[in-house]
Amino acid sequence: MASIEWSSGRLRSVQDLTADIRLFEIERDGPFMPAAPGAHINVGVEIAGRPDTRSYSVVGADDDGLYRIAVKRVPQSRGGSAYMWSLAPGARMRVSAPRNHFPLSLGKGDYFLVAGGIGITPLYGMALALAETGARFRLAYAARTRADLAFADVLAARLGDRLSLHIAAEGERIDLAAEIDALPADAELYICGPLPMFEAARRHWQTRGRAPARFRFETFGSSGRYASEPFRVKIPRLGKDIVVPQNQSLLEALEDAGVEMISDCRRGECGLCTLPILETDGIVDHRDVFFSDRQKAAGGKICTCVSRVSGGEIVLDTPDRAG
Amino acid sequence: MTSAQKTSARVNAAPAETPTFPLNAWYAAAWSHEIEHALAPRTICGKEIVLYRRTDGAVAALENACWHRLLPLSLGWLQGDEVVCGYHGLVFDAGGRCTHMPAQETINPSACVRTYPVIERHRLVWIWPGDPALADPAEMPDFHWNDGTEWIGEGGTYYGLRCDYRLIVDNLMDLTHETYVHAGSIGHDAITAASFDVTHTDRTATVTRWMLGIDPPPFWARNLGKPGLVDRWQIITFQAPSVVVGDVGVAPVGTGAQQGDRSQGVNGCFLAAITPATATTCHYFWNFVRTFKKDDEALTRSINLAHVNAEGKGLYDQDVTVLEAQQRAIETHPRLPFYNLNIDAGALWARRMIDRLLADEAQRSAPAAAAE
Repeated sequence: MASIEWSSGRLRSVQDLTADIRLFEIERDGPFMPAAPGAHINVGVEIAGRPDTRSYSVVGADDDGLYRIAVKRVPQSRGGSAYMWSLAPGARMRVSAPRNHFPLSLGKGDYFLVAGGIGITPLYGMALALAETGARFRLAYAARTRADLAFADVLAARLGDRLSLHIAAEGERIDLAAEIDALPADAELYICGPLPMFEAARRHWQTRGRAPARFRFETFGSSGRYASEPFRVKIPRLGKDIVVPQNQSLLEALEDAGVEMISDCRRGECGLCTLPILETDGIVDHRDVFFSDRQKAAGGKICTCVSRVSGGEIVLDTPDRAG
Repeated sequence: MTSAQKTSARVNAAPAETPTFPLNAWYAAAWSHEIEHALAPRTICGKEIVLYRRTDGAVAALENACWHRLLPLSLGWLQGDEVVCGYHGLVFDAGGRCTHMPAQETINPSACVRTYPVIERHRLVWIWPGDPALADPAEMPDFHWNDGTEWIGEGGTYYGLRCDYRLIVDNLMDLTHETYVHAGSIGHDAITAASFDVTHTDRTATVTRWMLGIDPPPFWARNLGKPGLVDRWQIITFQAPSVVVGDVGVAPVGTGAQQGDRSQGVNGCFLAAITPATATTCHYFWNFVRTFKKDDEALTRSINLAHVNAEGKGLYDQDVTVLEAQQRAIETHPRLPFYNLNIDAGALWARRMIDRLLADEAQRSAPAAAAE
């Protein structure tokens, strides 16, 4: 596995875009590598005194050699956003070179971009790039209230009527079914937003028999159908009884308790950290994109890096065998 | 998105000391007739690429490495218009998107391989190995002589020729070498005796040499079919970064060819599209086309054979011997590359244009690398 190219860097400035979204301008030491639309950088953070990393989409154009990321302060987060918000301009930080797991492919005909909340961050650069190349596209951007919109002014100026804003508090939702049905057969959809929005779009995409490869998405790896709450995990095979705190993932709690795990992506995509569910009296809040809807409904396994349990406890097995 | 560190199986190659070829350019990757509904690997500008023709006739060009474990996709097979990896069966569509993963019901959203912009033109397949956002068909070099319509000829390719592609540019931009490398065929003492002019624009360099009132060399005497002295011309134009077109021919002496009337003469063009494979290897797509005896298929065959033949005794085989020996010498005699002579003016202008493209690209800070 390739290592991430880390470098030192400095927080140049911060700017509050909304009450809970803050823009960070970061200067990375060493040669500047432009970030293509959809790319992210990793930054070093400290959580409960321990070093960790978080990935944030690079926002928009970066011709001036600075990386811009927008971080939403999430009270229930595992601590990454709280750490970022504690930083003042001038702070030193570790910054990775940009990488891209959500690349925009040019020359594909029609595009439909869908952003929910902070999910605007990767789509912002994509929309500007598509506008630049003269591609046919639309961006639908949903937020709770008008005050929660970030980048809306720039987007409105650059996209004109190719942008539609949808304010949930004013009863405006993106009509995903109608929007998808109106797309030409070879159109691509790029979506980043809360899991329920993503799942609704994907379900409709599948129902209509559209090519799965044209449904492009990126997840936060942290949003679910239920609020994050502490829950208890029992592992009879190991005699473990663990409480997963609200601000820690199940995977991290298992690792902290000495359960040997393998994992890779830690955002619910690769499926390496999944464990069999023996029983549960709560609701498994599947937050991964690795299992299909069918598999989630069957409830045989849980993706421990992102998924949680609501309103009860869970009994899991592990691959450990005597020997 | 928030997540802890993600490692993906994408290794950025260690940066070369100084790049020798620009990435943001169209490069010939194959002859059109070579690309069928089958997987054809090529190394272009240090990139491993797999080409194939889709059922709708368009050519697809994918990164030749599976997203999962990097096995070359060219070791797999086509299933309709999709490529099946020959290791674990991941499937990628012509757009590079993964459409199937083994043993799971979903597809990892970041699973894809890079695709490269492709243009099929002038009987060749051209690839843009750099930043796809910059791939502009208007940047295509003019290679219309190779269309097989107005000018007739059948060329070929030296794949994996073991020399820096710029050595071929040098070779073609100074035909003094014909006298020595190709003595007995197209070589002629008049070439070294005649003076030449070198001109340039911001993207081309041209070497013009007129040899007036000379004995025609055998090839041209035969094809002119008229007795007596001739005026001979060699007008060689380089288009950055690596296309060379040589307008060559003879006309009976004093019939106005130099003034623009070539109607009494015979005219051919040597064509070269040179594609870097690595810093020290390249692919040399060549052709020799003509506007005389266009229906003479035997002549077409014999000209093709005269350039390259099975015994390695063709005209271009002679160049290959020199070029590869020169590359080996550069590697074993690391004194700074060459001394230059007056005859190298065309090659030096060509190299300056290549260096300019490289400088522009360095200023863009290797966007292609970031796109990966």
